[in-house]
Amino acid sequence: MSEAITVPQNGKQPSYLEYQGKHKGLLGWILSTDHKRIGILYFIAIMSFFLVGATFGFLMRLELIAPGKTIIDAQTYNSFFTLHGVVMIFLFIIPGIPAIFGNFFLPILIGAKDVSFPRLNLLSWYLYIIGGALAIISILLPGGPIDTGWTFYIPYSIRTNTNVIPALFAAFVLGFSSILTGLNFVTTVHRLRAPGMDWFKMPLSVWSLYSTAWVQVLATPIIGITLLLVIIERTFGVGLFDPALGGDPVLFQHLFWIYSHPAVYIMILPAMGVVSEIIPVFARRTIFGYKFIAMSSVAIALFGSLVWAHHMFTAGMSNTGQFIFSLLTMVVSIPSAIKVFNWTATLYKGSIELATPMLFVLAFIFQFSIGGLTGVMQGILSVDIMIHDTSFIVAHFHYVMFGGTGFGLFAAMHYWFPKMFGKMYNEKISKTAFWFLFVGFNTLYFPMFIMGWLGMPRRYFDYLPEFQTYHVISTVGSWILITGVLLMFGNLYVALRKGKKITERNIWGGETLEWQIETPPIHENFIDIPVVNSTPYQYLQNDEVTINNQEVK
Amino acid sequence: MSSQEHSAAHVHRDDIGARMGMWLFLFTELILFGGMFILYSVYRYKYPNAFHLAAKELNTIIGTFNTAILLTSSLTMALSITAIQRKQKTLSIFFQMLTIVLAMGFMINKYFEWTAKFHHGIYPGSEILLAKDSGEIIFFGLYYVMTGLHGLHVIIGVVLIAIMMRLTSKGIINNDSYVKLESAGLYWHLVDIIWIFLFPLFYLIT
Repeated sequence: MSEAITVPQNGKQPSYLEYQGKHKGLLGWILSTDHKRIGILYFIAIMSFFLVGATFGFLMRLELIAPGKTIIDAQTYNSFFTLHGVVMIFLFIIPGIPAIFGNFFLPILIGAKDVSFPRLNLLSWYLYIIGGALAIISILLPGGPIDTGWTFYIPYSIRTNTNVIPALFAAFVLGFSSILTGLNFVTTVHRLRAPGMDWFKMPLSVWSLYSTAWVQVLATPIIGITLLLVIIERTFGVGLFDPALGGDPVLFQHLFWIYSHPAVYIMILPAMGVVSEIIPVFARRTIFGYKFIAMSSVAIALFGSLVWAHHMFTAGMSNTGQFIFSLLTMVVSIPSAIKVFNWTATLYKGSIELATPMLFVLAFIFQFSIGGLTGVMQGILSVDIMIHDTSFIVAHFHYVMFGGTGFGLFAAMHYWFPKMFGKMYNEKISKTAFWFLFVGFNTLYFPMFIMGWLGMPRRYFDYLPEFQTYHVISTVGSWILITGVLLMFGNLYVALRKGKKITERNIWGGETLEWQIETPPIHENFIDIPVVNSTPYQYLQNDEVTINNQEVK
Repeated sequence: MSSQEHSAAHVHRDDIGARMGMWLFLFTELILFGGMFILYSVYRYKYPNAFHLAAKELNTIIGTFNTAILLTSSLTMALSITAIQRKQKTLSIFFQMLTIVLAMGFMINKYFEWTAKFHHGIYPGSEILLAKDSGEIIFFGLYYVMTGLHGLHVIIGVVLIAIMMRLTSKGIINNDSYVKLESAGLYWHLVDIIWIFLFPLFYLIT
């Protein structure tokens, strides 16, 4: 039976969706080592957790519509912002783009049939699921969900009676999953590039996934040991972080941020790769400054590992330390700015097509710039002392993480969806959903900048009446945003069920390898491994037109 | 990269790739312990006198003995790889066995060392320990956590080498394909090198 299907029919090989290996049905998916199927498994799991995290966020916003208790009590609110953070960070945004689109497209983009270690790849999905399950268990167990904030700061995480250990263990296991994915990608990029594809012929998203993978490998173990130490601390009372026994809680903060700041770049770098991939396609122009974009990914990974203590300017640090970390924080903004300038330079005199992925990418640039520039503000010591722990910070990282990475992920989703499933979504609805998301997002988070500047603390259940206007605007924004999210996912779901079938290989006119293979891709991607002779994003015809026009002028 | 190498990767045989993956994994292990070495150095700086006093309570002789055992086990591990490269399957299995025996010896020593400490009432949360200076509490906290985690790695290593023995006897690891054994060996040397740092930090510097 299975042989009958795997044999080419009419000269066509079955797609990875129809392909049958050893197992059938559901087992054929959850036991498959095909990187594309694992990508889809991640897609389903990660998006489900996104909706869980979004629900917590939505309810928090609803609570904050008026001062005092509105729908939930203070303890539940503490749990909600913790769970919102834990779910969104460890289960959605860190694995997000690398695990879904990296798994699916990284081997295709470099002309390989799979990743270096396919079985390890499947294992990392299982670890992800186990981590997710532990996180859910920590919510349901008696004792109540964790209420420390996603940063698990000591002494909260030692003193609270809520279910800290399962939640920490969940993050620990998810860290392993992340390490294995990173390890797999680094090896894959080194070993499996198609003949002729040297380092500077790789698509830019490969560069950013590669840089991300290094950060995943080198930074994640630190959070692993830190969380383990907190678990040991809670179980045995060793005292390593407990001031009563001579330990130092600030050391916990250092170890935590030594991972968690680089983790921010684990989150944003892949999205930057997606942007670099989409812009040349929809501007019909060769990317401007390929090498600068590629190298800035590496620079971000490098400098991003050296700025962790800027989260702790108010936690007690020497003046020298503050000065160095402040300086490095400003330095790390340079490579990000290089990227933004290169993207906009690519758009210049391009033939821009405002398809859905491009809309998300433009929103990314807009929102990421706001998020990035306010980040530089926080790197300034005097300003940081004032806005530390206010909702200004919340606005900043949501502009970078959601307005940046989140929108980048949605861009990738709309860009590659037709290739992944061989179905097209309704573009009118996806554009409408985009506008809901864009307007909703900015309405939700921009007021937080203002009220944070005026002194609204973050993580507070209650607030002074003078802040209410901003909170109401923000909460209304969350309603618009959630409408956009539901519309977007609804649209994609309908597309999966009864969307227009497409078999065309290159619907967007892309120049990278994934657009040269079947839609949807066949089991091992390529019948013959391609030979790569040129750099990606060659839109020379347009460049020539541009040059000719200039000559005419 | 030549096309030959590429097609070779496709029957899932890429020894260089496998080795690279293993090295990356070893980096993660080093950094995992690195977090604790940071704690150690900060606390040593903060409590030099208490660390000095506490370190005197550790038994240098058992520590030295264990160091010798572990170094020898690294040698036998390396020998087992050389043996398989020279097609001496039985000899390779023998050396792997010897590595496991030495590892067990290490763990037995460790067991006696820890239980002796417990008898003296030195363990996290004990009254005797809590009565001591906070620097000493931290020293023993670090001692238990770091040597405990190292011991866990020794046990994982033993399991790994046991699996390698089985694979060698089944002929899956042979003189043509021994990258699995090599990776297990690399892991074992990592366990060794971490001990090489733990030993002076806890036993020798007083």
